Amino acid sequence: MMTELSLNILDVAENSTRAGATLVFINVTADRAADRLTISIEDNGCGMTAEQLSRVTDPFFTSRTTRKVGLGVPFFKYAAECTGGTFSIDSEPGRGTRTEAVFVLSHIDRMPLGDITATIHTLITCHQDTDFVYTYSYDGRSFTLDTRQLREILGDVPFDVPEVSSYINDYLSENKLETDGGAIY
Amino acid sequence: MKSLEELKAIRERMQNQVNLRESSQSATRVVVGMATCGIASGARPVLTTLSNLVQEKGLTGKITVTQTGCIGLCQYEPIVEVMEPGKEKITYIKMTPEKAEEVVERHLIGGHPVEKYTLNAVDLK
Repeated sequence: MMTELSLNILDVAENSTRAGATLVFINVTADRAADRLTISIEDNGCGMTAEQLSRVTDPFFTSRTTRKVGLGVPFFKYAAECTGGTFSIDSEPGRGTRTEAVFVLSHIDRMPLGDITATIHTLITCHQDTDFVYTYSYDGRSFTLDTRQLREILGDVPFDVPEVSSYINDYLSENKLETDGGAIY
Repeated sequence: MKSLEELKAIRERMQNQVNLRESSQSATRVVVGMATCGIASGARPVLTTLSNLVQEKGLTGKITVTQTGCIGLCQYEPIVEVMEPGKEKITYIKMTPEKAEEVVERHLIGGHPVEKYTLNAVDLK
């Protein structure tokens, strides 16, 4: 079981990179008035066949060969549904996959979002060949980090050199603070 | 809001530096398992600790910290593998940020694997 929603995001987005995605959109939207937290992950990876898609939420199905269970997607689905929220996953071979989980923000069983900045930072610095467009919204305010823009400025300087890596971390944490005023949920 | 202007300044500074990174053959690779099993048992803070320490100690030229999927030893996650050129791979199991600090100090810097945290230290059944 995951302990933070941001770890579910990391896990599902890792699947995107393993599916050969070159572009992954991650959206985290908290809306207190609507009492909803919506998380979506969309990639342009290899996608899944209808047969794979129909079994992806089954914990005893995986495309891996190292073990027989695949718990990532079932964990994410259960985390959303046990709050009274919804979960959906759509995919098409050759086009990519889109996962969306909606949580009831105030539900007692909703896992905390956790360290989303660490999740996004890990994804960006460890997957240099994948572009990420991360949008974080809180009560109508939002910010976006688009690694395609970073790449344009940086040229051949990689994301994991210390100066750039800490810039990315600061960008994520400072802009999150300005967006949600340091709310912990 | 933090702007992209600052990044331009970083780029300017970096442009004048020669690429200090050694070729991948001569670099030590530190690999953290980041599949569902690894993440659920705490791989993210281990990975963050390792990459931060490698940066702080100025080792980025000769050590790369990367991640991989599940290697099938889920019960031993978080797993960290250290691959030094010309040496046998060392597999650390049930890692924590604290153990990772020790591995950086004693193995990556000191050159001696921390045996008590390795897979060899447990009885494989």
